[in-house]
Amino acid sequence: MKGAAAFGLAAATLLVRLVAVILLIATFNFILVRAAPGDPAQVMAGQSGASDPKILADLRQEYGLDKPYIVQLGTHLARVMTFDLGYSYRQRQPVLTLIGERLPATLLLTLTAFVLALVVGTTLGAAAGLAAGSVVDTIFTVLSLLLYATPVFWLGLMLVLVFSVTLGWLPPFGYETINVQMTPFQKVLDIGRHMIMPVISLAAIYLAIYARLMRSSIIEVSHQDFIKTARAKGLAGPQIVVGHMLRNALVPVVTVAGMQAGALVGGAVVIETVFAWPGLGRLTFDAVLQRDYPVLLGIFLILSVVVIFLNLATDLVYRLIDPRMTTGAA
Amino acid sequence: MDAVRAFMRHPSGMAGLLMLIAVLIVAISAPFVFPESPWEMIGAPFTPPGEDGMWLGGDTLGRDVAAGIAHGARVSLMIGIASALAAVVIGVLVGAVSGYFGGKTDMVLMRLTELFQTVPAFILAILLVAIFNPSLTTIILTIGAVSWPQVARLTRAEFLRLRSREFVEASLCQGESTARIVLGHILPNAMSPILVVGSLTVATAILLESALSFMGLGDPNLMSWGFMIGAGRTVIRTAWWVSVFPGVAILITVLAINLFGEGLSDTLNPRVSRRRA
Repeated sequence: MKGAAAFGLAAATLLVRLVAVILLIATFNFILVRAAPGDPAQVMAGQSGASDPKILADLRQEYGLDKPYIVQLGTHLARVMTFDLGYSYRQRQPVLTLIGERLPATLLLTLTAFVLALVVGTTLGAAAGLAAGSVVDTIFTVLSLLLYATPVFWLGLMLVLVFSVTLGWLPPFGYETINVQMTPFQKVLDIGRHMIMPVISLAAIYLAIYARLMRSSIIEVSHQDFIKTARAKGLAGPQIVVGHMLRNALVPVVTVAGMQAGALVGGAVVIETVFAWPGLGRLTFDAVLQRDYPVLLGIFLILSVVVIFLNLATDLVYRLIDPRMTTGAA
Repeated sequence: MDAVRAFMRHPSGMAGLLMLIAVLIVAISAPFVFPESPWEMIGAPFTPPGEDGMWLGGDTLGRDVAAGIAHGARVSLMIGIASALAAVVIGVLVGAVSGYFGGKTDMVLMRLTELFQTVPAFILAILLVAIFNPSLTTIILTIGAVSWPQVARLTRAEFLRLRSREFVEASLCQGESTARIVLGHILPNAMSPILVVGSLTVATAILLESALSFMGLGDPNLMSWGFMIGAGRTVIRTAWWVSVFPGVAILITVLAINLFGEGLSDTLNPRVSRRRA
C-alpha cells in the first residue's frame, strides 16, 4: 500500500515537473522569437517563407501578432500544451511530425551510448580503483585525460578514417544498407554495424568521466569503516567488493550521469551530423543551414523533455542502489 | 608567492602551462609567420603535407592548413577566454546574490540554475547563435549564457560558507554596506575556487565553439578549427590532413588548459582537491 502511494506521488511530481519545464521553455522560446532581429512573423516563417507576403499575413492572423504580448503568450502556451509546435514552411510539414519521425533514431543512439558509458565506464573505473597505483591505473588516467580534451565530432571522424577509410571494416555513415534484401535478423545486425562508431564516439567522453569518478569513488569507499567491519566479520574479498563497495561507490557516478544527460543529448546532435545518422541531429543541421527557426525551437523543447526523462531514469536507479534511500523507504 | 612555488612543483600542471605557452606563441606569431590571410589560396587543392611549402598540406581550395591552424588559435583562445569570463561574470552575480541573500531569492535563482543545467546546453547554443546570427559577439555571449550554472553553484556554496564567518559579522556590526561586504570581504575569499572553475570553463568553451563552427555556426569572417574540420569532413577519404590537424590543435589546447586548471586547483585548494582525488 505504502509502495503504491509513494509511486503515485513520484508520478505526480514528475508530471508537475514536466509541465513546468515545458511551459518555461515554451515561454523562453516565445521571448526569443520576439527578441530576434526582425519581425516575429518572419522568424516563424523561416528564411523560405519570409519572402511570401501571404504566409506572413496568415501567420500574423493565426498567432494574433497584432494583439498584446500577454495574449500572444497565452495563445502560444496553449498551442504547445496541445502538441502544436508550429509549422516548417521550408519542409512543408508540422514541426512535431518532422521531429516525431526522427526522434526514435536519436533515442536509439543516445540510450545505447548512455548505457554503454555507464556499464563499461563503471566497470573499468572499479577495476582501476581496486588496482590503484598500478600501471593499468596510470594508462587509464592518461587515456581519460586525452578523451576529456577530444571534440566528439572529431573523434567520430577519426574512427571513420581508421575503421572505414583505411581498414574498410565498418560502414562510414548512415543507418542501414540500402537496396539490399535482408531477413529481419540480418537487418538488426546491419543497423547494429552502422551504430558501432556513432555510439562509441558519443559514449567515449562519458565513459571516461564515469570511469574516473568510479575510480576515486571506489578508493574512497574502500577506506571507510563499514568495509573494515565487513572484513572483520570475515567476509571474503569478492563479497565485500560486490555487496558493499560497488553499490556505495556507484551513488556519486549515477548522480553525475543524471546531471550530464543534457550534454549527452547535445553531443548526439553533433555525432549524427558526422555519421549522417537519420535523427534529430541531421534535422538540426539542415534547419541551421536554412534558418528554419520553428524546427530549431521545437527540437530544443523536445530534447529538453528527453533530458528530463533521462534524469528520471537515473533518479530511479539512484533510489535502487543508494542504501540510505532503501532503509529510509522500508 | 608560495602558490607559485607549489604550482612549479606540480608536474602535470607545469606540463599544461608549458603546452599552453606553446599554443600562445603560435597564436601571437601567426600574423608574422603566415602574413597572408588564412583564406588565401596559395597552392593546388589537396596538396599533401610537406609539398609546395605547406607542411600540413592544403585544403579543398589550396589554402594552407598550417596557416589556418595558426590563425585559428587566435580565434579559439580569444573566444574561449572571453566566453569563460562572461560565464564567470554571470555565474558569480547569480551565485553571490543567491548565497548572500538566501531565502526566496535563493530558491528562485537556484531553480533557474537547475533549469539551465537540465536543458541541453549545446542545442540552446545552436538556437541562440542561429537566431541572433553568428558573429564573434553573439558566439561569446551565447557560450557564456550556457556555461554559467556551474560557476553560480560554486559561488553560492562559497558565499553560504563565508556568510556566517566572524569577519563578515564584524563588518555587519560596523555598519558596512552590503556591496562593500560582498565585493570587499566575501568575494576575495571565494576567488580561488572560482578561478579554478573559470580556467576549466575556458576548455569547455573552446570545445563548444569548435562544435558550433563545425555545425556551420562560426563567425563567417574568422578562420576557426571547428570550421576547418567541418570543411574537411566530406573529403576525408582523399585528404585526411584537412580534418586531422585542426583536431589535434583542439586536443592539445584543451588538454593543456585542463592540466593547468587541475594543477591550479591542487595548489590553490589542496583541501578540496585531496577530497576529490
